[in-house]
Amino acid sequence: MIAALFFYLFSAVLIASAFLVITSRNPVHSVLFLILAFFNAAGLFLLLGAEFLAMLLVVVYVGAVAVLFLFVVMMLDVDFAEFKQGFMRYLPVGGAIGAIVLLELVLVVGGWRVDAASLANVASPAPPAMSNTLALGRVLYTQYAYLFIAAGMVLLTAMIGAIILTLHHKVGIKRQDVAAQNARTPKDAVELRKKSFRQGV
Amino acid sequence: MEETGWFLALLLMVIKSVVLLVVLLIFIAYILYADRKIWAAVQLRRGPNVVGPWGLFQSFADMLKFVFKEPVIPDGSNKGVFLLAPFVMGLLSLAAWAVIPVAEGWAIADINVGILYVLAISSLSVYGVIMGGWASNSKYPFLSALRAAAQMISYEVSIGFVIITVLLCVGSLNLTDIVRAQDNGWGILGWYWLPLFPMFVIFFISALAETNRPPFDLAEAESELVAGFMVEYSSTPYMLFMLAEYVAIITMCALMTILFLGGWLSPIPFPPFTWVPGVIWFVLKVCAVFFMFAMVKAFVPRYRYDQLMRLGWKVFLPISLAMVVLVAAVLQITGWGAEMAQ
Repeated sequence: MIAALFFYLFSAVLIASAFLVITSRNPVHSVLFLILAFFNAAGLFLLLGAEFLAMLLVVVYVGAVAVLFLFVVMMLDVDFAEFKQGFMRYLPVGGAIGAIVLLELVLVVGGWRVDAASLANVASPAPPAMSNTLALGRVLYTQYAYLFIAAGMVLLTAMIGAIILTLHHKVGIKRQDVAAQNARTPKDAVELRKKSFRQGV
Repeated sequence: MEETGWFLALLLMVIKSVVLLVVLLIFIAYILYADRKIWAAVQLRRGPNVVGPWGLFQSFADMLKFVFKEPVIPDGSNKGVFLLAPFVMGLLSLAAWAVIPVAEGWAIADINVGILYVLAISSLSVYGVIMGGWASNSKYPFLSALRAAAQMISYEVSIGFVIITVLLCVGSLNLTDIVRAQDNGWGILGWYWLPLFPMFVIFFISALAETNRPPFDLAEAESELVAGFMVEYSSTPYMLFMLAEYVAIITMCALMTILFLGGWLSPIPFPPFTWVPGVIWFVLKVCAVFFMFAMVKAFVPRYRYDQLMRLGWKVFLPISLAMVVLVAAVLQITGWGAEMAQ
């Protein structure tokens, strides 16, 4: 009963906050509601016994991805008056597209039948006496090791691509060269001279 | 029957949580006092010495002062988020303590993925800073929020890798298992700080950065940003920020104790010392780590922001990544570790 209660609590808050993500006027509020939605999704994972996935969702999405969202959104200078300008002009086209997508979704989800045979595979439980982190690791790093490495390669390529796109080496800027600084000795930097009194350098 | 059993379990959980919270908050009050005293001693000052004998009640006097002052909410601020920020930060910093085992079996929730939970919660404390900085609608808090966001994300990466090396040696994500894995009959020499010494150092420095402690307190650098994200806060909301900061510091000390210093284990593994209750060893170790935190605050000058970023990304990240590979290779070749993974 408690699990059901929490299921409905998490689901209700999840749906409400997901709705608020797209309806709030202020983009920062949207991101904050998105974070709330992530949290509740993590709660649902916990109820399913997938504690590793729940924690990963919080660490990766809430702890890193959403921070970057917030970072970008906070720096946006949103002019709300400009937003509303031309609202009526774009309403027919936007409304039509929205209606078509909604119709498609209804048709697809409405015609969805789950195969009884595949239902047995949905929640294939971890072997008994094995935590689900361990079970997940066994599957990921042994059975699907090559696919896992391939996914890593794709991410690495994307990362290098992103770095190359944004890396501009400006010329004519004074930069700190830490290695050169550390390599300096007192001999290079300090000069001791013997000068006689009242003679100046 | 089942209903009452459930109710009793909940009641027990609530009582345990309240006891932990009260003890933790009193501990924090004295940690704050100790911080000020150590700082003062390094600078040849007396520190707080007026309220109570040797100033022992100073923190409580400060708390009362904060509570009785008027909270000022700036006119241009986003009021909801402005008030939510300190609340979120206080709540999250205390939430991490739900899984920390202070002695054998003394954890409120001894969950399988304990270390991930602590990592997740500590990575969330950045939200308090960002929300507070943004909602204040003022220049300095906003700059501070941006700095804090970049800084905390950067150092979380190396903290993650340090934790991974320890987990490779233990073979479990459970905090109790991590401590048990260090109980190998060698006492202080058998704990992970010795074989993983570089990671111990990196974790300590990253913990300073993660909790915005000097020399990495760029988010509240008073010489440039007045008080950072806390500029517009007063009274109880300010106190919540302050409290959350110190709770986060103690959490990091506790995490270091568990990961590297053998948690509740006795440093000398034979009878007269092993009779001492584990919780005493745990508190002593946390205090020792905190003493290092306080000393660093007292005598290391503040980093420049670009130096901070360089240290995080160009020094700690490669070293910790290399250590992960090295430790994994050594464990694979020698077959050490991983007893906890069945």
